[in-house]
Amino acid sequence: MEIKHGAMAGTLESSDIMVTVLPSSDGIQIDLTSSVEQYYGDSIRETITKTLEELGVSSARVEAVDHGALDCTIQARLTTAVRRAAKEEVAK
Amino acid sequence: MRRSMLFIPSNNPNMIVNGGVLGADSLIFDLEDAVSPDEKDAARDLLHNALKAVDFGKCEIIVRINGLDTPYWEEDLRSILPMKPDAIMPPKVSDAAYIQRLDAKLAELEREFSLKEGRTKIIALLETALGVENAYSIAAASPRMMALFLGAEDLTADLRCQRTKEGGEIQYARGRLVCGARAAGIEAYDTPFTDVQDLEGLAKDAAYAKSLGFTGKACISPAHVTTVNRVFSPTQADIDYAKDVFAAIAEAKRQGKGAISLRGKMIDAPIVQRARMVLEAASEIEGVDYLA
Repeated sequence: MEIKHGAMAGTLESSDIMVTVLPSSDGIQIDLTSSVEQYYGDSIRETITKTLEELGVSSARVEAVDHGALDCTIQARLTTAVRRAAKEEVAK
Repeated sequence: MRRSMLFIPSNNPNMIVNGGVLGADSLIFDLEDAVSPDEKDAARDLLHNALKAVDFGKCEIIVRINGLDTPYWEEDLRSILPMKPDAIMPPKVSDAAYIQRLDAKLAELEREFSLKEGRTKIIALLETALGVENAYSIAAASPRMMALFLGAEDLTADLRCQRTKEGGEIQYARGRLVCGARAAGIEAYDTPFTDVQDLEGLAKDAAYAKSLGFTGKACISPAHVTTVNRVFSPTQADIDYAKDVFAAIAEAKRQGKGAISLRGKMIDAPIVQRARMVLEAASEIEGVDYLA
């Protein structure tokens, strides 16, 4: 999937993660802020990388603000953000 | 066993992941009113992934989809059906044709996803005057029909009356819905009690619904689950009486008697049927086989 424009999904609530996906021409870059960074930072980055791979995204910048989301929530929020970012933007 | 059905907003990860430990017999994951139109996609993705990964224990999984008059319901089903929910809850069901249209789509998607055809059941939410009037034909509209469920908030708006704690304005709808459901051989579930703080009012409302024949009641707050479960569970007196009924039948058989009486009343078929239902419910709740 091609990232055509910036898009977000998720919230800043507990157990959630807010994900912003932006176009990039330089592979995958992940900028993570997490309340559990010290313990789960690597695991969250791995989940993000794997989910992007499954969605067929090879180039994107991902900004993620995590408040203790489970893997299934990370996968869901990233999937939503990527699908939104891959849609043609509708002129407002 | 479905005494309590707890609504969970489908775009709230915190409530979703904790759903299995809140004590409800069933969880209704809501894709309709609890989710704003611009978040329908996010709620679907979240629910899809949560149903795949989270263990909800013994809870029955029900998904309230968006109405068949919206652009969302087909995508709701396409996203959720592969996760094998026990039942789909369509809102504002007004007639049998509505159920038949949903039934046809479920059959099509079950074939597409290689699921057993007919496995996905339907709990129809009746919340319009027309839906209540058509209760029996809706209940009998498909073999997938598992229950009717009354939604009093939208119904009273349709009836152009105030919703009250006493519930006099939904008296007719409650009776008609129970009658329609039972005539079709399916279950009936009562509308939620909307005052989260008033547990005494909730207990009274639930007890009244039980007295009319409802099987259980929906909850909009986890704080209501314990009260609803208690009201819709058989009491110790119910269980003792049901056990005495079967003991009296066994004793009469032993003595070769045709007519059986207990505590001065004749035991007939409806009494035996009720006693059996009490012991079946108690067995399921307590994990003890009272019918052995």
